[in-house]
Amino acid sequence: MNNDQIKERILQWFPEAEIPAETGQYLNVIVTPEMLHPLAEKLRYSADTKFDYLFCLTGVDWVTHLMVVYHLDSTKFGHEMVLKVKIPDRVDPVVDTVCDIWKTAEFHEREVYDLFGVKFRNHPDLRRILLEDDWEGYPMRKDYKDEANIVEL
Amino acid sequence: MTLLNFSIYDFSALINSIDAWLVETFSPTLGHLIGLVLVGTCFLIFTALLGLSLVYIERKICAFFQQRLGPMRVGFWGTAQTVADIIKLLFKESLITKKSDKFLFNLAAFVIMMAPFIVLSAIPFAKGLQALDLNIGLFFIISVSSIGVTGILLAGWSSNNKYSLIGAMRSGAQIVSYELSVAISLMTIVILTGSLQLSEIIASQSDGWWIFKGNIPAIIAFGVYIIASTAETNRGPFDMAEAESEITAGFHTEYSGIKFAFFFLAEYVNFFIISAVGATVFFGGWMPLHIGDATFFNSAMDVIPPIVWFFGKIAVIMFFIMWFKWTFPRLRIDQLLTLEWKYLLPISIINLLLMSIVALKGWHF
Amino acid sequence: MITDKTVLGSETQEYFINMGPQHPSTHGVLRLLLTLDGEIIRKVEPHMGYIHRSIEKMCEKDSYQQIVHLTDRMDYLSCHINNEAVCLTVEQGLQLEIPERVKVIRTIISELTRLSSHQLWWGVMGMDLGAITTFLYGFRDREMITDIFEETCGARLTMNYNVPGGLMFDIHPNFQKRTKDFISYFKTKLPEYKELLTGNVIFEERTKGIGYISKEDVISYGVTGPSGRGSGFSCDIRKHHPYSAYDRVQFKEILYEDGDSYARYMVRMDEMVESMHIIEQLIDNIPEGDYKAKTKAVIKLPAGEYYKRVETARGELGVYIISDNKKSPYRVKFRSPGFSNLSALDTMARGCKIADLVAMMSTLDLVIPDIDR
Repeated sequence: MNNDQIKERILQWFPEAEIPAETGQYLNVIVTPEMLHPLAEKLRYSADTKFDYLFCLTGVDWVTHLMVVYHLDSTKFGHEMVLKVKIPDRVDPVVDTVCDIWKTAEFHEREVYDLFGVKFRNHPDLRRILLEDDWEGYPMRKDYKDEANIVEL
Repeated sequence: MTLLNFSIYDFSALINSIDAWLVETFSPTLGHLIGLVLVGTCFLIFTALLGLSLVYIERKICAFFQQRLGPMRVGFWGTAQTVADIIKLLFKESLITKKSDKFLFNLAAFVIMMAPFIVLSAIPFAKGLQALDLNIGLFFIISVSSIGVTGILLAGWSSNNKYSLIGAMRSGAQIVSYELSVAISLMTIVILTGSLQLSEIIASQSDGWWIFKGNIPAIIAFGVYIIASTAETNRGPFDMAEAESEITAGFHTEYSGIKFAFFFLAEYVNFFIISAVGATVFFGGWMPLHIGDATFFNSAMDVIPPIVWFFGKIAVIMFFIMWFKWTFPRLRIDQLLTLEWKYLLPISIINLLLMSIVALKGWHF
Repeated sequence: MITDKTVLGSETQEYFINMGPQHPSTHGVLRLLLTLDGEIIRKVEPHMGYIHRSIEKMCEKDSYQQIVHLTDRMDYLSCHINNEAVCLTVEQGLQLEIPERVKVIRTIISELTRLSSHQLWWGVMGMDLGAITTFLYGFRDREMITDIFEETCGARLTMNYNVPGGLMFDIHPNFQKRTKDFISYFKTKLPEYKELLTGNVIFEERTKGIGYISKEDVISYGVTGPSGRGSGFSCDIRKHHPYSAYDRVQFKEILYEDGDSYARYMVRMDEMVESMHIIEQLIDNIPEGDYKAKTKAVIKLPAGEYYKRVETARGELGVYIISDNKKSPYRVKFRSPGFSNLSALDTMARGCKIADLVAMMSTLDLVIPDIDR
């Protein structure tokens, strides 16, 4: 499937999904936290999309909101797309986990939780992964302050 | 005073004259006592020198297998390297883990040293150079050398370290199993000699070594012996008990300083002993290479002193065992036990049977 | 989690072992929390982050030229490929036309890096299985490659040969000759590798059927590189999304279907042959031209998102740069192959023995700084 067909298919499933018009490297789809899990499941298991390979999962702090970015690839068809979840709540950001769909998400979601503080609902083992267990704050957020370790120039 | 009655070919005159002189000079009881102390001291010195030289030799040989030079800095070609290492080990702090069983922890290092030390006394080094010529010599060696495993188990148990415990358990399973094959393969030759006494086993090879005379079963027995004895001394590729890439250093993980040196030394003395027993039973010990009635050839071979023959044979066997270690990857514990119980043991039992038939029919030479 | 059971009348208990952070076969500071039943592994829980240096956070303060230098320190065994990945992403953002010469040289050095990484892996793999000799054989041959690197760019390990737009400077006049010498030398040495380890009965016993992982699991866990290809997952970025000069060379993507330690081992052994094949095709055909495209002193990427996938010696490395048109990126993410590969370890290791775990970790070829970043 090419990008237009994937776009059409996603809009068919979830008409409220936001698909920016600009043509970047990949097709971008921005969804709300509620839509994420059902859409991910459909993308993974539908016979004509088959996005079975999650090759990157990361977070971005856009100051006004947080975003979790999923880079998807289909090993069968070779098409790629980017799924983005916009989380407006910075204090208590919660998204459903996708590690029941792609197992690699388990570690990657722990990393996003560790560095951005996004909580993944239903995650089997949501702990800090890179930092110590008693670390305070989420370092990759733009408003993170650590005067002892980060020298501001 | 007949102390100068010394011959490199026969030590019995020398030993007897020393004994006579001691008894003459002191009272018979004191004389024998001093004799015992002297023998003990000789073995202590021998063990220490053996450890030093074997560590150096192994390092050099392993270095050449690995296309490098090995120790080169201390002394000529690094010969003083092991001495330097021993000095370092002597000065190191002897650490003991918290909550370990301190008594057993210390005891283990001595137990493990004891077994090879006792066994050494039964090894015939040259004609007349043997501390203890028991009529059950081979049986004595096999049984006493098993004490060593107690030391390993004690060390693993008392260290309060799970790696040590795993190492000790592995080692226990391994040594207990492989001892069977070692004993049976040695028994195969005993069928031919009809005696367990080491001096008689050697004497029976005065017209040729058993590996040549004993037909095919002797060669099979030697193969089994080499594999099983390598396993019994915890050397690679059977060094499961101290597999450094899996369980750090196994049973001696927690030992440091001189106690660690004991483990190290015991390992090398054990290595020497299995080579020595192999050489004695299969290759005639200090007996020079003789071929039946070829008198000229035999007397030419006799020119080389027995002690050179003995250490030469040991060196060859040791080289092969080192070659195994530095070439093969390590087995896994279950494969190790499979090898013993499913292959080596049945082979050696059948081989024993075969040898009995050979001995009965007189097919050996 | 601890379960008791009775075996032959005596009660047994599962127990834990912390394998690492200081352990000879975790190859760095990785801690594996093992749940064991005797010697059988019931669960493996990796704990990482002991050398987390927050490279991604540092990147947010650095200029694009500086980022390249940080990436050496992730997967230090395929440092050139890491550098190349960042440069390719920045070049993609700038829509820069790269001289052909640069593309070819980058490809040759990438393949040399892959060879040296695989040589080191081979040595370490043997050592983990108890054959220490292989380690020194691997290093002996690797020495020649590091010498070539040293002559070309002054460094032996963390090379920093790439800059956005091209290379730091041109190749050394001896480069082609020495590379060809190395290839002809290594062709005679590779059979030695096979004699020492591949054909060994003990080695086959230790690796065949051990550490099995299915193709579905490999894709789901995102296990890439030789580890993934050992399970039949066709994931070679060089083939599927060619970059630099990979589109003009002939090479096979090595695929094995068995999914065990032996298959992963064989993939790397065969890949060494393919790497030499790639270098042979390019080494005599390095086009003349500049070694660097013209770039501004201060690089500002247009606002937007850029993602580049490259194939390192360990698997797929993704560089994800979000730019807001400033001199340093807004967000950088490195999708490191080791991180995903490690996540599959638990699935592979359950039911195996401790000794097998060590062999498995070797075939995954983990580099800890790559996992921790």
